[in-house]
Amino acid sequence: MIEFDLAADGLRALNRQLQGLGEQSNETEWRVLHPSGEHALAVGLTRPLKVVVEGHAGFYCGGMNSQAEIEIRGHAGPGVAENMMSGIVRVTGNASQSAGASGHGGVLVIEGDASSRCGISMKGIDIVVGGSVGHMSAFMAQAGNLVVCGDAGANLGDSIYEARLFVRGKVESLGADCIEKEMREEHLAALTELLQRAGMDADPGQFRRYGSARKLYNFNVDHADAY
Amino acid sequence: MSVDPRNLRASSSFPPEVIAEIQRAADQGVYDIRGLGAKRRVPGFDDLILLGASVSRYPLEGYRERCDTNVVLGARHAKKPIELKIPITIAGMSFGSLGANAKEALGLAASAMGTSTTTGDGGMTPEERQSSKTLVYQLLPSRYGMNPDDLRKADAVEVVVGQGAKPGGGGMLLGHKITERVAEMRDLPVGIDQRSACRHPDWTGPDDMEIKIREIREITDWQVPVYVKVGATRTHYDVTLAVKAGADVVVVDGMQGGTAATQDVFIEHVGIPTLPAVRLAVEALQEMDMHRKVQLIVSGGIRSGADVAKALALGADAVAIGSAAMMALGCNKPVYLEDYHKLGTEPGFCHHCHTGRCPVGVSTQDADLEVRLDPASGARHLKNYLTSMVLELQTLARACGKTHVLNLEPEDMAAMTIEAAAMAKVPLAGTDWIPGAKGW
Repeated sequence: MIEFDLAADGLRALNRQLQGLGEQSNETEWRVLHPSGEHALAVGLTRPLKVVVEGHAGFYCGGMNSQAEIEIRGHAGPGVAENMMSGIVRVTGNASQSAGASGHGGVLVIEGDASSRCGISMKGIDIVVGGSVGHMSAFMAQAGNLVVCGDAGANLGDSIYEARLFVRGKVESLGADCIEKEMREEHLAALTELLQRAGMDADPGQFRRYGSARKLYNFNVDHADAY
Repeated sequence: MSVDPRNLRASSSFPPEVIAEIQRAADQGVYDIRGLGAKRRVPGFDDLILLGASVSRYPLEGYRERCDTNVVLGARHAKKPIELKIPITIAGMSFGSLGANAKEALGLAASAMGTSTTTGDGGMTPEERQSSKTLVYQLLPSRYGMNPDDLRKADAVEVVVGQGAKPGGGGMLLGHKITERVAEMRDLPVGIDQRSACRHPDWTGPDDMEIKIREIREITDWQVPVYVKVGATRTHYDVTLAVKAGADVVVVDGMQGGTAATQDVFIEHVGIPTLPAVRLAVEALQEMDMHRKVQLIVSGGIRSGADVAKALALGADAVAIGSAAMMALGCNKPVYLEDYHKLGTEPGFCHHCHTGRCPVGVSTQDADLEVRLDPASGARHLKNYLTSMVLELQTLARACGKTHVLNLEPEDMAAMTIEAAAMAKVPLAGTDWIPGAKGW
């Protein structure tokens, strides 16, 4: 495993090296030392690398990731794994707001809590949170799965499209057009697989499912109070 | 029995068109949604005139002496700044609001003229990348179609905070334009009303925007310029904050700027006109000693070489056109009259982009309508229009004695109205009066 001292060599050198590795490169495993909350760590990766960040990360760690497996051994700032396309980003601590924002694919695992707007505008990403999520999580969530092993804050799934939300604990309130839905076999199977992939020891049978009532999909004057 | 017209006194507060709008709202229970930009009369470039050279300054010989038009955008931080042959760019318009043929025509014409086009909400299509030599990729709040591969294919990235038609508002694309292809690009079901967020999902204020821009630069290896686009409202502050956040180029879009679908109340009542916005933006850049270091692109109601000349004279580095480019492709052209009538409108009045039933095939996803716009023919028309604009621009610049259009300056102009004098901070014609300036 290659060790990269961020304090000594800086962000630009890190991202340039990680982004520049060719398909034949053997340098596939990296440890980033002394991250000190730096922003934009390991962003825009395109290869199946394994990158371990040994400490806290600032904004947008793993942003727009494709294929890479990134582990943050600490807390993550806003927008961790934003717009991720594929791969895995794991946060061993807590994540700040907008975790996984507009992610198109891949898996984001947050072992601790996630703040507000977790999964905002998600477009196919799967997000598994070991703890709780803050208010307005899954706002305008289009596709993918958000799994919350703890509680969800106010207005979960406001203006949701086709994303599926699974919450084990309490939901403070549901946002516009978000309703509780039946947990069918295919949902339980998907949830079970996601929990396994994330390494979460949680009983799928304890979760409830939420999704779109699809009443705001086309404007209807009789639903104007929901807009 | 005829009515004596002397008995017909229209109310200023409730003229017939206001009564009609009240009754439309009473019928439908919803605001009016339409395309294009503000229709109300606002102070604009028509209210300024250029002061041609005479004794105190001498002009350049028309058609003979050089008057250059090239412009470089984004050299502040980017390793590969944008080099354009003309200072007229094509504004962001989405695939979805426009059809694929229209997007291709824009790209072909812009490439032929040595200028850029811009993507829009919904992402980049392969045809667009293919047809446009210089393509600006928009990062919008919705992030529809946003992906890092396309980001790295772009020649510049434009962080869209807002647009002139609806500063502070998100977008909408009504369900009848969400075809299978549009839906797939936006990760949405077919046929539903698509709402675009008004705020970015992963940042809020100017400090966050600085970090966001840095992330984009890290992903694109600091190669391409990063623009920031704002709708014109608190322009002085917005431009200042955009520059402090690290923008290479600031795009300011005035209230005349168009949209594919927005509430009429938004289009007509939010934002300031392009004329004062240019001056406010230039002042902000000058205060930071960044004028000409961070480039300013101005859009919103630009129609002619005269508009371009006046925008540049106020200090802009380039302009962007959207509605006018669509019109060059055929928008509102008096053909296919029966299809205008089906929409309840006439050529010259149509703003029905939101319906997806564009009679001339520009703003539609309907295959039968779209074939009415041949990309090559449309590109030829737009190229002709851009050529005409550039000739007009050079004509005016030469008359003012300029060897480069960017040498035009506020001192080359006077205002025809007090409002324009105050907004543009150029003197009312025949006076040295600038309302609001120090000493007045």
